[in-house]
Amino acid sequence: MTLAQRINRAQRVLPAWPIYLIGFGWMGWLFWLGLNGDLGPEPINALERRYGLLALQLLVATLVVTPLRTWTNISLLKYRRALGLMAFGFLMAHFLVWALLDLQSLSRISVEIVRRPYITIGFAAFVLLIPLAVTSNNASIRRLGALGWRKLHKLTYPAILLGAVHFVWLVKGYPLEPFLYLGAVIALLAIRLVPKRRPAARAPAGAVTR
Amino acid sequence: MARRWTNDLTHDDVTPRPLWLNRRQIMAGMGGAAALAATGAPAMAQGLEPNTLEQISTYNNYYEFGVGKEDPAAYASALDIDPWTIRVDGMVDRPGEYALADLLSGLQSEERIYRFRCVEAWSMVVPWNGVELADVLDKIGVQSGARYVAFETVVQPENMPGVRSRVIPFPYVEGLRLDEARHPLTLLATGIYGQPMPKQNGAPIRLVVPWKYGFKSIKSIVRITLTDQQPPTTWNRLNSREYGFYSNVNPEVDHPRWSQASERRIGGGLFSRRQDTLMFNGYGDEVASLYAGMDLRENY
Repeated sequence: MTLAQRINRAQRVLPAWPIYLIGFGWMGWLFWLGLNGDLGPEPINALERRYGLLALQLLVATLVVTPLRTWTNISLLKYRRALGLMAFGFLMAHFLVWALLDLQSLSRISVEIVRRPYITIGFAAFVLLIPLAVTSNNASIRRLGALGWRKLHKLTYPAILLGAVHFVWLVKGYPLEPFLYLGAVIALLAIRLVPKRRPAARAPAGAVTR
Repeated sequence: MARRWTNDLTHDDVTPRPLWLNRRQIMAGMGGAAALAATGAPAMAQGLEPNTLEQISTYNNYYEFGVGKEDPAAYASALDIDPWTIRVDGMVDRPGEYALADLLSGLQSEERIYRFRCVEAWSMVVPWNGVELADVLDKIGVQSGARYVAFETVVQPENMPGVRSRVIPFPYVEGLRLDEARHPLTLLATGIYGQPMPKQNGAPIRLVVPWKYGFKSIKSIVRITLTDQQPPTTWNRLNSREYGFYSNVNPEVDHPRWSQASERRIGGGLFSRRQDTLMFNGYGDEVASLYAGMDLRENY
């Protein structure tokens, strides 16, 4: 049995729900640490960064699923919804910490969103992901139809790209980390443009081969 | 210019040592109210309370040790500060390589509780120990044509992980106009709370210019140069649109990427309130005259 087969067999028995449990548990734990002064002397900024980074990491993970299946036949599709929804959860937490704990006023929030381009694009990414989070359920797939749903969910691509640029844009100087994320996102988007490798045996009879 | 003023009280006189070491521990206990009542009266009148040594020494920007706020506290122990020599050159009467103790010997030691405002819109209150830069300048003898003072931070690649990853160009350099450097508020600090300067805060000697954003207050100084040209400064060189040579604290002139109108004092926890940033970080009475006639929006 190949590694891919072994992984695909394991994912049949491993459910996706623990992702929510671990995700929300981790989110709450970080907040608890901040509350108790265990995130350093400036917990608001620490929490903002931790939540934002986790959101970006989970979004990158959702981007890995499709190329992984295309190029290695490993299918983790079953977990993608949980990863995506958890990413949105952390993004929401990131936004709320920024709005409620950091800026603390509606006027400051609106001024910052309008006047600071890196915040504008971060906020845009958040807004783009709202309809996707709302439609990440089977009922919505049925209502929208598989094709319509997939079309809508292509919004993840610009959203994740905006998120990675937001990270690069907000740091001072040229630290490596945000550029690595941006590079990973660009690579994961670019790999989707590479023509898919289809084993000849599985090509439908009569298909035109290019 | 302000008159010479010296302190005879130290922090040990007004606050017992265990309290300032980590105030968080005692705030929860019964001693909290009594301890607050005992801190310096002028500071209390402004609602100011110095940050604890723990806060001051665990939330730092010192990119030579990494970009994270916790990196300096984690890695700065490797900094080699003994012996420490400072190269004094340029338009001075007595240039040379000065041992730290020689440069400071005979100078009046000061304890100054200053507001500290970072360009990232957070702030602290820090009780510094040190000498006035003006006294050091007198000691080395500034020549008449000199108009600026340039400073340089040590570079020890083997001890500084941030230098190896080259996140900004090193050595870090900063500078002041000579009248700013001579201002009595401007310190060369060698300690905090009467203790030797923690390495992550710029041991063994650093600049403190309380009316400017924190990045002007260059750490771990190894070179002081008097010059007639405005010296290059690291952040200005990296991004001149965001960081000017003056970088005076100014709530009316925003950093392009964030507002400078308000700030958050470190130490207030998860629900700490923002407060309005003061012009010249609250030192306007002392320093505004240095910039009379200058457009501060232009000269940010």
